[in-house]
Formats: sequence, C-alpha cells, structure tokens
Amino acid sequence: MEFFERFAIPHPSPAIYASMVAIGLTVIAIIVGLTYFKKWGYLWREWITTVDHKRIGIMYLISALLMLFRGGVDAIMMRAQLAVPENTLLDSQHYNEIFSTHGVVMIIFMAMPFIIALMNYIVPLQIGARDVAFPRLNALSFWLFFMGAMLFNISFVIGGSPDAGWTSYFPLAGNEFSKSVGTNYYMIAIQIAGLGTLMTGINFIATILKMRAPGMTLMKMPMFTWSALITNIIIVFAFPVLTVALAMGTMDRLFATHFFTTGNGGMDMLWANLFWVWGHPEVYILILPAFGVYSEVIPTFARRNLYGYRSMVWSMVIICLLSFLVWVHHFFTMGQGALVNSIFSITTMAIAVPTGIKIFNWLFTLWKGKIRITTPMLYSLLFIPIFTIGGVTGVMLAMSAADYQYHNTMFLVAHFHLVIIPGVVFAMLAGLTYWWPKMFGFMLNERIGKWAAWLIGIGTCVAFFPMFISGLDGQARRMFTYSEATGFGIWNMIAFFGAIMLAVGFVLIVYNIYYSTRYASRDIPADPWDARSLEWATHSPVPEYNFAITPDVNSRDAFWNHKKNNQKLFKGDYQEIHMPNNSGVPFIMSALFFVFGFAMVFSVWILAIISAIGIFACMGHRSLEKDHGHHLSVDHIKETEEKLGGANS
Amino acid sequence: MKMKWAFLTIVFTAFSILSGCDLLVLDPKGPQAETQADVIKLSIGIMSVIVVVVFAILIYILVKYRASKQPDDYEPPHIEGNPIVETIIVAVPILIVTFLSIVSVQSNYAVESAPTGYEEKEPLVIYASSSNWKWHFSYPEQDIETVNYLYIPTDRPLEFRLYSYGPITSFWIPQLGGQKYAMADMITTLHLAADVPGEYMGRNANFSGKGFAKNTFNVKAVSQDDFDEWVDEVKETADPITEERFDELLEPGHLGQLTFNGTHLDFMPPPMKHGSSMEEGDHEEMNME
Repeated sequence: MEFFERFAIPHPSPAIYASMVAIGLTVIAIIVGLTYFKKWGYLWREWITTVDHKRIGIMYLISALLMLFRGGVDAIMMRAQLAVPENTLLDSQHYNEIFSTHGVVMIIFMAMPFIIALMNYIVPLQIGARDVAFPRLNALSFWLFFMGAMLFNISFVIGGSPDAGWTSYFPLAGNEFSKSVGTNYYMIAIQIAGLGTLMTGINFIATILKMRAPGMTLMKMPMFTWSALITNIIIVFAFPVLTVALAMGTMDRLFATHFFTTGNGGMDMLWANLFWVWGHPEVYILILPAFGVYSEVIPTFARRNLYGYRSMVWSMVIICLLSFLVWVHHFFTMGQGALVNSIFSITTMAIAVPTGIKIFNWLFTLWKGKIRITTPMLYSLLFIPIFTIGGVTGVMLAMSAADYQYHNTMFLVAHFHLVIIPGVVFAMLAGLTYWWPKMFGFMLNERIGKWAAWLIGIGTCVAFFPMFISGLDGQARRMFTYSEATGFGIWNMIAFFGAIMLAVGFVLIVYNIYYSTRYASRDIPADPWDARSLEWATHSPVPEYNFAITPDVNSRDAFWNHKKNNQKLFKGDYQEIHMPNNSGVPFIMSALFFVFGFAMVFSVWILAIISAIGIFACMGHRSLEKDHGHHLSVDHIKETEEKLGGANS
Repeated sequence: MKMKWAFLTIVFTAFSILSGCDLLVLDPKGPQAETQADVIKLSIGIMSVIVVVVFAILIYILVKYRASKQPDDYEPPHIEGNPIVETIIVAVPILIVTFLSIVSVQSNYAVESAPTGYEEKEPLVIYASSSNWKWHFSYPEQDIETVNYLYIPTDRPLEFRLYSYGPITSFWIPQLGGQKYAMADMITTLHLAADVPGEYMGRNANFSGKGFAKNTFNVKAVSQDDFDEWVDEVKETADPITEERFDELLEPGHLGQLTFNGTHLDFMPPPMKHGSSMEEGDHEEMNME
C-alpha cells in the first residue's frame, strides 16, 4: 500500500464525511472559544495539570458521558439497520465496524472511566483521606486513558475502525483477513488506556489500605470503598494479561510474529483464552463498584443500615476469586470436551450464589425501612428486577450443553445487556445523581431525573427482551441483515423502539444537567439526602483538602452516628495541611503516548522512535525532579471553612 | 396488587409466546437438539420461579415500607443480620445450583457422545470445512463433496468433523443440535442425528467478516433409501473436484450450491486432532493459500 493510502478510510460514506466536518468544526470552535474567552491559562492551571482526585474524577466523568453518547450512536445505528429485514442503511463493512467500536467504547471507554470517576471522587472522601496515595500517578492514569480513548475514536475518520468485533478474535483480526489499520488502533489504543487503568488499580489499593482515617478498620469501611478495593485487586491481576495479549497481537500485526496466526506454529485459540482470562474478570471490575453504589444508595433511602455487611464483603471476595475461574464459558463450543465444559459450567453457576446473597441482602435492607423513592433509589429499584432476569439467564447460559444453542445468538446479547445495563449503567446514573450535589454543589432536578430513569428502565426491557426470542429462533449476533423469511423482523423492530426510548432517556439526562445547572438552587446543605457515610461530612462542593480536620471513625455508619447519636467526628484544631503540587508532566507524557500510538498504528517508525524517546525523557524528568508539595496554612483553612459555612465539627 | 397481576400477565404472555411460535431451538428434530431443548425448558422453569420470588418480595416490601405509608416519627431499626436468614439465602441458591450442575454435567456428556438411540449404528462421517463465506461438505464414505448444502440420512448418527480455511466459524443447525467452532489448526467433532425428514436451516454462527450474514447452508434430511439414490445420482452427474477447482472455491465470496465427485480430502488433508497439528507438513501447505 502507498504511504498515504493507509490514512484513507476503507469505505467512505456521507455519514463519515459529515463526521469529519463535524469533528473539524468542533475542534476549531473549542480552540476559538478558549482563545476568545482567554481560558487557556485556566484550563492548563486548574484542569490539565491538576493532581486533585476530585478534578480528575470530574474529567473521567465528562469523558465517560461523551463516550456514552459515542457508543450510544453506534447502538442506535445498529438497531436502525436491523429494524427491518434486508435493510440497506449500512453496508456490512460499516456495520461490522460499528458493532466492534460499540463494544470497545462502551466497556473500555465508557463503563471503565465511569466507575473510575466515581471511585476517584468518592473513595478518598469515604475514607477521610486528603487525596489518593499517588496523586500524580492518578493524573497520569487519567491522561493515558483519555489519550487512548481519543486515539481509538479518530479511527473512523483516519484509516478505518476495527472491524473484527470487540473480542477481536484471531485469525479474523490478523493481517490476512483484516487489512485496514483498524485492528492496529484496537491493539494500541486499548493498550495505552489499559496502562492507565493498571496504574489506577495500584493507586487505589495503596490508598484504601494505607490512607484510611484513624479508627476505620477494614470491616468499618463503607461498602462502596470495599467494592473499589476488590475491583482494583481484580484490575491488578487481570489487566497484565490484556497488556500481554495486546502486545502479542500488535507484534503479529506490525512485526509479522506468529502468536495467533494459523500457520507457522501460531494458535488462534490462544488469543481467545488470553482475551477472556482478562475479559471475564473485567465483567466483575465493572459490576462490583456498581454493587458498591447500590449498597450506598439503598441504605440511605431506606434509612437503615446495610443488611448483612459481613456477607456483602465475603460475597465480593468470593466473586473476585471465581471471576478468574470461569473464562472458558465464553467459548464452550471450542471443542474442549465434556469434562472441561462441565468444570467451567459449575464454576460459572457457582457465581450465582454470592450474587444471589447480595440481591437478598439489598431486599432485606429495604425490609422495615422507610423507603423514599428518589432518582438514585428509583434506579436501584429498577436494577433489582431487571438484573435478576439478566442474572438468571446467565445461569441458563452457564449450562454448557444448552449454551451450544445460545452461543453467538441474540439470546446471549440480550443476557449480557440485561446484566450490564442495570448492573453498571443504572448504578453509574444512580451514583451520578446521588453524588452530584457533593461534586457540584447543587442537585439535579428530580422530576426530569425520574422521567429519564423510567424511560431508561422500560427502554432496556423493550430493547432486549425480544432478543431472547429471536435468539432462540436462530438469529445469530453480528449479522448486518437478515431475510424476511426468518421472521426476525418483528422482534428487531420492537428492539429498535426500545433503543429509541433509551436514547430519549439519555438525552433527558443531558437536558437535566443543563436545566439544573441553570436553575437549581445553590443553597443546599452539605448532606442533602440525609446520608450515612463520611463523604457527606464535608462541604458541598468539597474544598481542595477534603476535610479541614481528619475525621475519627469508630463505627460503620460513623457520619450517621455523628448526626443521630452526637458522636464527635472531628476532634482537635486546624493544622497545616500538606498538599501535592500540580504537574504538566502526566499530560505531556500521555500526549507523547498518543503520538507514539498513532505512529505505531500507521508504522511511521521515525515518529514512533522520537515520541518513545520523549516518553522516556518524561520518566527521567520525574525521577530526577525534587517536588515536596506545598502546605496550606491554618489561616487559609480557617478562611476557607468560614466561607463555606464553618467547620461542622 | 395491581402490579403483581400486571407482572403475572406479562409472565404468562411471555410463556405463551414462547410455546406458541415454533422457535427453532425449541422445536428439535434430533436427539441432541432435544436434550438441549429439554435443558433449556427446565432451566427456564426453575429460573422463572426465582424471578417470581424476587419480584414478589420486592413488590411486597415496596408496598409495605414506603415512607408515605408510615408515621413521620417511624425510625427504622438497626439490624446487623440474622444467621438463620443468611443460611437460608446461601443454602437455597446452593441447592438450586447443585441441581443444575448435575443436569448440566449429564447433558454435557450426552451432547458430546453419540446421540441417544443411535449408539449401535455406524455414524456417517462428514467433514465440514468453512472458507470465506461458504461451507464445504465432504463425504469420504460416498466420495462426494457439496458446497453450501447438506444431504443427510435420517435414523443414522452423523459425525461432523469441523475445520476452517480462515477465520473461526461455528457450524450450527439449530433444529438438529447446538453449534461448535470450526478452526484452522484443529479438528472439532460434533455429533448430531436427524429423527425426521425435512429441510433445516444451517449457518455459521460465529462472526467471520464481511460476508458473515449470508454464510448459511441448507440441510435436507431424507430416508436412507432416498439418500442412497441421491448419492448415486451425484456420482453419475457431478463433475470431479480437482485441486485447481477447489482453490477457486476457496476464494472469498459467496457461491450457490455445488456438487462434486470426489472430495478435497484426497489432495488437501484436514488438520489433525487437537494438539498434534504442529508437526504436520500437510497442514502447513494447507495454510499457504
């Protein structure tokens, strides 16, 4: 191929040209806007160089919402294409690219940053810490993720998107069958984002183990923090597998190695195994923080302590262990025989036990409670029934003999959407609404919020229940079209309506953010929901140093007991607070990673070498740099506290 | 209560839809598919009970413990947990999972061995290989080969040996039994049988690129006599398959239904069974294409 031909998209269409123009105009608008309003300095000082876990959390949040819409547009296009038989809205290449990017964007660039956003913002507050253990590493994590996401997203206008599915099975993803640079983007962009995630894992384990407020033993931690701890342990064990698999895949594609090829001793089955050794724990990386959010929201709005705290913790530990022992259920049909399938069938079904415990514990938390149905609670209450349906179909899929019939069909697609959407998306929306006042100092409108929750709840059912039926009727997943004689038309049409309801729901959420930003009252208490855990003990929005005085914890519901039983939470006087300095290095280094990744995708070796040298230079700079942070004086703290309404000790 | 009735109506409608239409997977025409359909129906039944119980508890609690239904000064109690309740919510799921595990293991061995009722009979071996985006069916016993359609005798077990000239594909005839992967570096075996004559849909179920959606084949199950008649007819009328012709067939694209005398197994042997493929010289040749 000629050098410049590689940058051309393999199948240009008006939609793609329109996107190119739109992207160009948006970039110009942002640059002009920032210059006109003289915001470059503000952006650099307050956001790009920040190491504050709260600001990093908000940047993760914005990225996640943007990616939610990117992935959502993909979803709508897919459902529109399938709504009627023999549709010609999209051709097969375009459809293949869209479902591949839909999966990657939703899992890696939407769900992951969303949970990391909430972890970043909330975990240090819940444990009474000033920041995470390694604030600058945290900034690097975010920027690596962000650059990975951007690199992945430019693929559809420069060079073409990956088209081998989000699982990118070899040999389909190999050079022989996937000639465009799409899969290079997949390998390298996910690699860069994955490095950031791995660093987040290390960072949060250290934070949670070492930086808890005095008196907060592990068994007194809020459940969301527990879920974050377990999640990050899974990240640290699972992500290196992905790193290795992607590196091998990259070498297969760029340097003609034979790890996953079908000839010369390569083995395509190896990719499937490595991918799912990471991929299945990844599912629990997503779902456990979601369980954590529900374990915060449900007790708050039932006005009761969480039922069965100990069994909640132990069930997460067991899920964490089991999550590494079930990966083969993603390919029962690979021919490993009855014995292997039986073992993995049993380990998979075993996960239903700890998950069931959690469902019942939430139900018993509601028992004898005083239930207020607010928007976050509404998401939680919609989660329980829909997730139960998604979960029991998971048990059905775990029966490997029957899985020969479900595998690769819409039945499977229905199942995993019905666990991931209520499990992760509802939880993130619940968490977003619940913690919004803590982040921004005003509440989201409840009326619009509930409308959105109902639309999304019902839309999920309407969009995915029909797929159970069309799957059992033989509709394979990832088909870009089907004939009228199959009779799949009606089910796909219903699903399309569901997808539209979901889209309207998500647009309402954006409208709600706009509406509430303009009209909501800024005069709200620090603890507007009458909640139970420490993050509500400081001001909203939270000052830079989180807590003027480090809280003293002696029970699980420390803040609740502080409110109801007058237990003293903040003892002693203000003292100087040591804070980390901002740094531009994480951003610069990640930007170099972006250049490096782009150069690798297109095999522009000179650029790759130069940017790699730049990356090492950044690391060298960090190693030799002397940075001891800065101190906030007592006067400064006093002033801030008075401005925010006085310390609530 | 209204909610409960609404829910029950939904469940019953769902069930009647499921039993009403002839969903391919739940309309088995062979012993393997029947085993699988039985497992599916059994698990749907058990899972429905679980769903109904969870829904009932949730609705009951929501109705009873809404803040609006309680006095303003009601303060919910602090309850840590109860060993008996927690034992029940652990034990019941364990019992259900144990039962399903037994069913799962038994059915695994059932679908991985010769079909029930056909153990005594000699299986008809058919090599099914996929290339972008077609299926090649070789009948070594009859020494004939077809593309994109299968003729099979009823009342005789079938042993499909699957492999691929390209991406991983999945050989699937929903009404005869579940699918299995066809891969380039290993043969996989799928045991099927057809009880009744008829025409069935078969397809590749695993995404394999541009032409995937139309990567289907027809299956015609006929009596042994009709099958023999068809074989004789093919032997008389079909062209022989040659190496050049087969190379042409492997080119990416869609073909209609084709029939040949002889099989490509003679000049292009399939990969070996699991694990032993690496040493095979022939195998390397096969992938040179």
